[in-house]
Amino acid sequence: MNQVFIILMNGITYGGLLFMCASGLTLVFGLMQVVNMSHGIFYLVGAYVGLTVQQRTGSWLLGILTGGIVTALVAFLLKISLFERVLGDSQRETLLTLGINLIISDVILAIFGGTPRNVVAPERIRTSVDLGISRYPLIRILILIIAVAEGIALFLLIRKTRMGQYIRAGVDNKDMTAALGVNIKLVFTFVFLLGGFLAGSSGVLGGTYLSFTQGFDATILTYSLVVVIIGGIGSLGGAALGALMVGLIDSITKATIPNLSMISIFGALMVVLAFRPNGLLGKGAKR
Amino acid sequence: MTPILKVEDLHVYYGGSHVLQGVSMELERGMTAIIGRNGMGKTTLVNAIMGLAPTRAGSVFLEGARITGLPPYLIARKGIGYVPQGRKIFPSLTVDEHLRFAARPVPGGWDAEKVYGLFPRLRERFRQSGTNLSGGEQQMLAIGRALVTNPKLLIMDEPSEGLAPVIVDQLISFCETLKQTDMALVLVEQNLTFARAVSDQVNVMLTGRFAYQDSFEALMADHALTHQLIGVG
Repeated sequence: MNQVFIILMNGITYGGLLFMCASGLTLVFGLMQVVNMSHGIFYLVGAYVGLTVQQRTGSWLLGILTGGIVTALVAFLLKISLFERVLGDSQRETLLTLGINLIISDVILAIFGGTPRNVVAPERIRTSVDLGISRYPLIRILILIIAVAEGIALFLLIRKTRMGQYIRAGVDNKDMTAALGVNIKLVFTFVFLLGGFLAGSSGVLGGTYLSFTQGFDATILTYSLVVVIIGGIGSLGGAALGALMVGLIDSITKATIPNLSMISIFGALMVVLAFRPNGLLGKGAKR
Repeated sequence: MTPILKVEDLHVYYGGSHVLQGVSMELERGMTAIIGRNGMGKTTLVNAIMGLAPTRAGSVFLEGARITGLPPYLIARKGIGYVPQGRKIFPSLTVDEHLRFAARPVPGGWDAEKVYGLFPRLRERFRQSGTNLSGGEQQMLAIGRALVTNPKLLIMDEPSEGLAPVIVDQLISFCETLKQTDMALVLVEQNLTFARAVSDQVNVMLTGRFAYQDSFEALMADHALTHQLIGVG
């Protein structure tokens, strides 16, 4: 019983982390039709910046914020200097963003070396709480709470604000939105900044309980892409659903048949696509 | 007086095909029709004016200012309202959001309330997704969405496409209402009866060029010409 509870909780909390990372990716993907292969490295950039800030200042919260902000700036600079030149050409987009991945990855290796690292949470968070059935690490519960709060904030942004209307209209039809006088390029830049912030801050949060090293970006990118595709490109609700699904499958298979963990995730992806080619909540599916 | 819209020797290519081959037109207030059979380049012309299709050569002027090469959002802000072929309603936006999110209010101009006043059906369904509406309602929403940007020039690309005759009649009376304002109107149509009912001037497009630019009456009186240009008469 304890075991089952912990496996399920691990799946749900990992889902929370995946959602934080994938929510930015799905918005960028949906709005700009850019397959941003640099998204995984954004997670790592955030993690290492957060680690450095946390080590220098001792503040975990400051680490999370700085990790998010610096990553957002990196994303912003990459967008205006490089991505804009290849927008609309998916082959170049993929090669460029993959290339950036490799470069940043090696820079990280040069600066931080290849040993796995962890961001250290404050003493009072490094504990576990009694959830009735079993004790469970507080940090993972916190991450889940932050993921849910972030989901609500994003939902309100998308549903209730003018910027959210621009984003939704842009995901539906970019040209039509522009032809109504909306500066869609500015909307893209905002979404890219936001995506960078979300990926970077999730890197610090995730790095607090999952150790990270150069190369971990590929894992995070793969999982995030699966989450986005299962959920439906551009759909936040879909990303939440997909993240929960991938998190649970990952946790359950790793506890039972570890060798089949990756296969099960891609198996789930295939099953979803077989019945819903646009993902669970993607365009063309009923909302 | 400067014309509202002036198109000067416009050329557009899609890959190797020369879609617009030197199109010129000038228009004043009132409603001007652009007609022609399928694939003659009518929609390409509209897209080129909006900045959505790249122009190889030539210019477009709005009230004397050159707008060629500007991004679509700036062209829209300079005062062109766009009602696209196929309506292009946003599935993720409600009816009400369509009429508010891109609105550029001016005193005494168009706003969501005014559009609802004209199309009460839209008000009844204001919280629904735009794609739940019937074809006719979607068309009214697409026009309303463009009107609330308070354009100087409104371009409608085949608004009657796929609509029942009774809805087209409503569209005709609505166009008469629009003609009372000082907005200039361009109507791209295949439905000759509809185009003739609401416009005075007509441009007939034939393989990327205007083959006729004059009054509708003179065109319809010349059976040989209508037969040659649009295959009727």
